Amino acid sequence: MDVIKEDQVLDCSGMLCPMPVVKTSKAIKAMEVGQVLKMVATDPGAPPDMEAWSRQTGNELLRSMQEDGKFVFYIRRMK
Amino acid sequence: MSKSDPDAPKRLALIASKGTLDWAYPPFILASAAGAMGWEVGIFFTFYGLTLLKPRLTAAVTPVGNPAMPMKMPFGPDGFQNINWPIPQLIMANVPGFNALATTLMKQTFENKGVATIEELRNMCVEMDVRMIGCQMTMDVFGFKREDFIKECEIGGAATFLEYAADADVQLFI
Repeated sequence: MDVIKEDQVLDCSGMLCPMPVVKTSKAIKAMEVGQVLKMVATDPGAPPDMEAWSRQTGNELLRSMQEDGKFVFYIRRMK
Repeated sequence: MSKSDPDAPKRLALIASKGTLDWAYPPFILASAAGAMGWEVGIFFTFYGLTLLKPRLTAAVTPVGNPAMPMKMPFGPDGFQNINWPIPQLIMANVPGFNALATTLMKQTFENKGVATIEELRNMCVEMDVRMIGCQMTMDVFGFKREDFIKECEIGGAATFLEYAADADVQLFI
């Protein structure tokens, strides 16, 4: 699996719904179109939520995976 | 206007009718999650839900008449924390200060699990321009004044909310 280079990292460990999507939304808005955000979460609800969030907002969820027992997401701002 | 314009953002219309701590979470969580997805959100606070628009939130919770509420302690070793204490309704209803205790324990439980406080959730909603409407009729009935509520809310009636909800994609009563 190729490595994705992120422009920013957002750590939402220890936070439960709705914080991961709310903080992701805020972080993405502060970034440039085309940039990639790496978000880390421990909330088991985060994987399905992040998929729904990216479909709703039109931002691209490049990868959703697990690393060191946490959920890791790479999101590209599309618009 | 979501339904008439396919390119417009989705709209969520909520009615928040309850003011206890356990019922304060759903409207603010749904509203901030929808806001995070770029949706338009409007919440109509009516009856006891109107108390969620006070500057200082004092929402409490009671286990009395709430048999679905787990009675677990948010402190101590894991085995202890997993015990669901079977406390009789009669005791919970008659011991002074029990509701205050239940409220404190619930807040501690939520903090332990990493859930935001109601104040934080409401602030996020304000940041996201969630439209918050306080029910005029409830204000009159319970003797509240405009100054009793946060400045970010507007005051309206059923027609105000219904007009907003008519064009919403999701309409929920909480």
